[in-house]
Amino acid sequence: MKLTIKPLHQSSGTPVQGLKPTVFWRIGEDIPPSFSSLLIVLSVVVPFLAWWVLSTSGLVHPKFLPSPPQVINALVRLWQSGVLLQDITASCFRVGTGFFLAAVVAAPLGIAMGTFASIRSLTEPIFGIVRYMPAPAFVPLLIIYLGLEEPPKIALIFIGTVFFNILMIMDAVKFVPKELIEATYTLGGRRWQVLLQVITPYVIPNIIDAFRINMAASWNLVVVAELVAATEGLGKRIELAQRFFRTDEIFACLIILGLIGFAIDLSFRVLLRVSCRWAVD
Amino acid sequence: MHLEAIHVYKQFQTRQGSLMALKDINMHIETGEFVGAVGTSGSGKSTLLRLIAGLETPTTGKIKMDGAEVIGPGADRGVVFQNYTLYPWMTAMDNVGFGLKLQGIKPKERRVRVKEYLEVVGLSQFTNAYPKELSGGMKQRVAIARALACHPKVLLMDEPFGALDIQTKASMQEFILELWQRLGITIFMITHDVEEAVFLSQRVYVMTSRPGQIQRKLSINLPLNRDHSIKRHSTFQDYKDIIVDLLSGRDVATSNSD
Repeated sequence: MKLTIKPLHQSSGTPVQGLKPTVFWRIGEDIPPSFSSLLIVLSVVVPFLAWWVLSTSGLVHPKFLPSPPQVINALVRLWQSGVLLQDITASCFRVGTGFFLAAVVAAPLGIAMGTFASIRSLTEPIFGIVRYMPAPAFVPLLIIYLGLEEPPKIALIFIGTVFFNILMIMDAVKFVPKELIEATYTLGGRRWQVLLQVITPYVIPNIIDAFRINMAASWNLVVVAELVAATEGLGKRIELAQRFFRTDEIFACLIILGLIGFAIDLSFRVLLRVSCRWAVD
Repeated sequence: MHLEAIHVYKQFQTRQGSLMALKDINMHIETGEFVGAVGTSGSGKSTLLRLIAGLETPTTGKIKMDGAEVIGPGADRGVVFQNYTLYPWMTAMDNVGFGLKLQGIKPKERRVRVKEYLEVVGLSQFTNAYPKELSGGMKQRVAIARALACHPKVLLMDEPFGALDIQTKASMQEFILELWQRLGITIFMITHDVEEAVFLSQRVYVMTSRPGQIQRKLSINLPLNRDHSIKRHSTFQDYKDIIVDLLSGRDVATSNSD
């Protein structure tokens, strides 16, 4: 019997099978910077133009969808009357205080929970339950306990962010390499030194990132708090605007909220780059 | 320094039941020796090193150092791990000085010793480099300097060159051999690389798998001043063959065991 070996490569004109190159659908690879910039610009410009066209087309009543110039007018009006700055200051103070208190509690507790299985067992079940209680559901209780002034608003932001911060920081500690901890022991390190000089610096980038992500929740909650009871604040301004059917002012406040959030997010990213250069490329 | 393991057994509880990782281990390390332990994966050699380091405790039996029982990790037994365990937020200098810092040694003295040991491992020019800026071989040199800066009585090395490419591995082997002779330190190294064990060690413990046992101990009677050319010698090859045969389960009569 004659053995015939099939040639592995046929030299005929059939193209080699393989993955076709792409730019847009690349997975886990960079795209050209110029193309990236173009897409970034489009992501803002396209919705803005769509809004503009829709609001001036006459399809939607201007009372429901004010045009960009109307919103800018409202923005200028609110700014010149001084209420906008007052509202921004009030909301920022509440978010700042509430989130700061949550951070001060969450960082040590999260690190301790991640480090010690004993503390984890002691606290994780109850935190797991409380975490699922929606923070806005606490508003009536907070008003009964703390009145109508600043404390219930700050407390709401605290309750709404502290558990997420704790659990995210706790998870970050789990990724501290065990060998790094063991290496520290073999260098004569005590447990408290491992906690403060190895685990803590290792998770600082993760803590900053957790704060950045959970900051968004505190802006949700400040608006909720102000809708219920407040004399000033961006949430309160939105509620007042609704009462007088001033959709242009609602839009103006929404844009301000978005810009503030974006600025905070950006500053956390800058903080991470500046303070933990070892953790970013 | 006299370090010994006396009838050491180590059992791990797993989901499939208990696993005997080490069975009746008796071994010793003396001042100034370079001792190797070679075995396939699952021979429990890493566990043995961790027991000596104090990172695990024996199920039964004792690890003793100068007569005192080892009950936990300490700076008198420096460890170099396979995966470069440097602190990524510290420069090479701070990494080397960290053990001294943990022990409360003053910054001034610390600086002197860090400088000394960075010189010892030939990394004086990388004082301010972060781990991610260093190559694998350099990282391992920093880890060695960090352990040595604490003046340990014995340096324990857990497959320290296992993650390096062949060329770097060869130069690191010569480097550690030279360091051992120059500083008069005591080294216990575990490896699965038979050639590495023969090349570096004065004595080799050959371990078998499941349960991990010391099958034989061999004295490597080769000149102390070794370089890679020694690998071509027939005596070197003989030692290698003996160990390879032992590891593969073929029992060969050897006159060398003591």
